[in-house]
Amino acid sequence: MTRSDVTIIGAGPAGLAAAIEAARAGAKVVLVDENARPGGQLFKQIHKFFGSREHFAGTRGIDLARKLCQEAQELGVQLVLDTAAFAIYDGRIVAGTTPKGTVQIESERIILATGAMENTFSFKGWTKPGVMGAGAAQTMINLHRVLPGSRILMVGSGNVGLIVTYQLLQAGADVVAVIEALPKIGGYAVHAAKVRRAGVPILTSHTVLEAKGEPEVSSAVICQLDDFKPVAGTEREVEVDTVCLAVGLTPLAELAWMAGCQCEYLPALGGFVPVHDERMETTVKGIFVAGDVTGVEEASTAIEEGRLAGIAAAASLGLLSPDEAEERMTAAWERLAALRMGPFGEGRQAAKEQLMKVGKAG
Amino acid sequence: MRVLDHPILGRLEARRKVTITVDGQPVEAFEGEPILAALLAKGIRVNRITKKRHEPRGLFCGIGRCTDCVMVVNGVPNVRTCVTPVAEGMTVETQQGLGKWGKAK
Ligand code: FES
Repeated sequence: MTRSDVTIIGAGPAGLAAAIEAARAGAKVVLVDENARPGGQLFKQIHKFFGSREHFAGTRGIDLARKLCQEAQELGVQLVLDTAAFAIYDGRIVAGTTPKGTVQIESERIILATGAMENTFSFKGWTKPGVMGAGAAQTMINLHRVLPGSRILMVGSGNVGLIVTYQLLQAGADVVAVIEALPKIGGYAVHAAKVRRAGVPILTSHTVLEAKGEPEVSSAVICQLDDFKPVAGTEREVEVDTVCLAVGLTPLAELAWMAGCQCEYLPALGGFVPVHDERMETTVKGIFVAGDVTGVEEASTAIEEGRLAGIAAAASLGLLSPDEAEERMTAAWERLAALRMGPFGEGRQAAKEQLMKVGKAG
Repeated sequence: MRVLDHPILGRLEARRKVTITVDGQPVEAFEGEPILAALLAKGIRVNRITKKRHEPRGLFCGIGRCTDCVMVVNGVPNVRTCVTPVAEGMTVETQQGLGKWGKAK
């Protein structure tokens, strides 16, 4: 059995940041990930982040991933890749499955940075090859450099839908339209403007009724909505070979549930998320959380939460003095507060506060 | 279809090629890429046929969670092709239903 001070599950932005902070404080850190390489979804984010300067504005996800991976490596973080963590026992043993069998890692502290997965929704023909998550399409074009199709209908105008639309265009595909069930665009105006400038219409109050084609998608039927109900007579068939679904993400909180962490249902954060305090510690002592698993946000917020969890875990092991820990955590909280400003951040900020209030009460 | 030129990522760098066999046909692939990517590059999007309703399935999540992309690889059914890298000489078959075990390599 491998032993460590801190075991982190998930090597995306949150997990990497947590690993870096804990290792910098002197902890022996093991970072587990089911993929063959660390970085999580950052490697497919080829757009520049925006926000304030400390928040990597102008940096692309891929460059940030490289930087974080290098830093973790230099600090001696032990990477355990190709290993899917499937259980936590006694709040201190992480069990993982690898192509070669099962492994166990025992540690003093555990940080869950398992991220989130894409939501989907069903309509006639939605199981046909050619209907896929927007993230799946993004993985194919940006990571593996293959197009999953050439004429695309994007369902959902949140930031994922808008950004992936633009990236599909960059990869050489045609996006015939972005449709949105709500009467207004879900994502940032900057992204929407970029998509529109590229000539892709964004149709609000629209949904997809059916994906047609045998055996694969060759067209889709869309229609107008009035108060979320299809308006008769507005159906039209668009010729597409791919329908991408960008309808939100759900936190991957299974391990937290299993470990007995209290979870709360907060729609603004993507569903059930583990409750935590200001130190990112869950209701189970010694288990911390960071990133999308405790509320779907962005890579930049995930990094700050990861830092908090890494610092707190190291401090709880006596590796940082209370003052040092306090100072570093205050700085991270200030950066987080800045990231959660604005019309999109405010809702999440409120939900996060609610989550932490529950944490305190419990 | 491969994305050869990209405004941000640049030109697709040449990588070592391997040949795999897909439903009896040779298919060229880049070493290390997922099986699914090699198939998409050739325009193949059906990975399996479901057991009860005999419906086609293909790429859905792209990160190994949904199992819609499973195929019979080297005689082993239910291999998630979106997260399994190609290797020289690999045999890949469209999976029918739950798939049949073949001769493993
Ligand atoms: S596409 Fe979902 S597991 Fe491969």
